[in-house]
Amino acid sequence: MKARVHVMLKTGVLDPQGEAVRHALGALGFEGVNGVRQGKVIELDLAEGATEDQVKDMCEKLLANTVIESYSVELV
Amino acid sequence: MKAAVIVFPGSNCDRDLAVAFEAAGADVTMVWHKDSDLPRDVDIVGVPGGFSYGDYLRCGAIAAKSPVCTALRGHVERGGYAIGICNGFQVLTETGLLPGVLLRNAGLKYICRTVGLRVETSDSAFTQGYNAGDVLNIPIAHHDGNYYADEATLAALKGEGRIAFTYTDNPNGSQYDIAGILSDNRRVLGMMPHPERAADAGHGGTDGTALFRALTGALTAA
Repeated sequence: MKARVHVMLKTGVLDPQGEAVRHALGALGFEGVNGVRQGKVIELDLAEGATEDQVKDMCEKLLANTVIESYSVELV
Repeated sequence: MKAAVIVFPGSNCDRDLAVAFEAAGADVTMVWHKDSDLPRDVDIVGVPGGFSYGDYLRCGAIAAKSPVCTALRGHVERGGYAIGICNGFQVLTETGLLPGVLLRNAGLKYICRTVGLRVETSDSAFTQGYNAGDVLNIPIAHHDGNYYADEATLAALKGEGRIAFTYTDNPNGSQYDIAGILSDNRRVLGMMPHPERAADAGHGGTDGTALFRALTGALTAA
């Protein structure tokens, strides 16, 4: 089984990389892009029987820094 | 005074830090990241600058989970001293030994130059060789030095006099111009600028020397 973890900066935390992407899109002529937030996706290949709680524990301990990042787990 | 300097794969300021400690009179042992013990009777652990584990995942995140960092946490919980410089500061925040986190520089660029650094408190073993208000010239070299913490943490740092250093001209967007902070027992310092790169006349400046001398003096007397 697989799990997909999405890690995003929390609302209110400045995302300078997202801002740079937004500016670049504007420079390319894409209008109306009001905001860009950049995060990461981590795919885990897991042994059968792994639970969402185990993946959340991985997020809390390593995959996300919960001071600034939020995460969501999707089992696929 | 006995100092240990941790070496991670990708550390590149470990030897500079060891030389600065030795020049101040410390006995220095280098400790590999896979070691699960620190040398006996070590007074201070140095977490050096560099790019531990290639900055994978987040700066300092993988290093913070290495065996030697478990030993480091035990050392600090027993009241031991530690200093983390640049990537070492990032490692200390990722271990939770210091609050907050270092984000990407606001201007997105890696910055490598000498900056003005204001000493905010002389009340620590690290900063007692300076006077509060002194302005030092110390190099920075980082991509992720933009200090961030929630308002409650910032208020505590400020209220308890735990902001050790601020930038005179904020280069990276850091909150409250923070360049270095102390733990609540004032025995752990994390800072982005590199005092070990301003610790010999050959470096072009020696404003960092007093930090290492004060530390050696304080911990030898203790």
